[in-house]
Amino acid sequence: MLQIGLSHFLTVAAVLFALGIFGIFLNRKNVIVILMSVELMLLAVNINFVAFSTFLDDLTGQIFAMFVLGIAAAEAAIGLAIIVVYFRNRGSIAVEDVNVMKG
Amino acid sequence: MIVYAAAFYVFAAMAIASGAMVIASRNPVHSVLFLILAFFNAAGLFVLMGAEFLAMILVIVYVGAVAVLFLFVVMMLDINFAELRQGFLQYLPIGGLVGLILLVELLFVAGTWVFAPEAGQIVSDRPSGSGGTTNAHAIGLVLYTKYAYPFQLAGLVLLVAMIGAIVLTFRSRDGVRRQRVADQLARGPESAVELRKVKSGEGV
Repeated sequence: MLQIGLSHFLTVAAVLFALGIFGIFLNRKNVIVILMSVELMLLAVNINFVAFSTFLDDLTGQIFAMFVLGIAAAEAAIGLAIIVVYFRNRGSIAVEDVNVMKG
Repeated sequence: MIVYAAAFYVFAAMAIASGAMVIASRNPVHSVLFLILAFFNAAGLFVLMGAEFLAMILVIVYVGAVAVLFLFVVMMLDINFAELRQGFLQYLPIGGLVGLILLVELLFVAGTWVFAPEAGQIVSDRPSGSGGTTNAHAIGLVLYTKYAYPFQLAGLVLLVAMIGAIVLTFRSRDGVRRQRVADQLARGPESAVELRKVKSGEGV
């Protein structure tokens, strides 16, 4: 219990990832909270990367966690820009109306 | 060891609790603030694992940029959030089921997982081979040599994302009066001033 090993960190990451999945189901209508849930899942993936990097004594995991961080930032910027444009056109961000974007 | 374990449990519990509050709180502004708290606690976990540089990057990039961007968008859009919460409980059973199954599967994997015996030999980059180097130093030695091209590619992705966000949200409105310096400078006295002869004593 007091000896913190790899499986402790993997458990925390697994719980965070499951919370992200659960959040996508729970907030089906609110795109912003769905994006936040995706960020939570990416954070869980990063914890996994860093945990393996530490316990295998290999730096590659930390490098790839950094790449994941950069891609997550790009994804948040593009996603929020799409939300702003969508809100400007329709006056709401309800996910169920998104299929009107089909041409 | 006890301090390490206590710190781990505190950070882990706070991260999970704030992660739960992100998806459960009624107000999206509170969701973003709990997301920031979750990122702070994950940064604490990174420090415990010895990845100090990544922990600081997490705080700077996520708390400083991404979370503030979320906060900005949430406050900028005038949305009736109570309406968006309609049918909130409708998806609770199926979502809970999927989340629970996934969690149990992941915990099974995490609980019984072992390293392959030869995993220690195929390690490519030791973080502190010579000893005395900091985490940031070791990352820099690897990132700018072995992963130089992926690093450039990540920068390119960020550039494309920046241009994409600007193109998406840029809107040129007509009917806006802007200062046109070239037109102002091209104006001379012959087009700007008109002299009229006014008879004295009569007014204009």
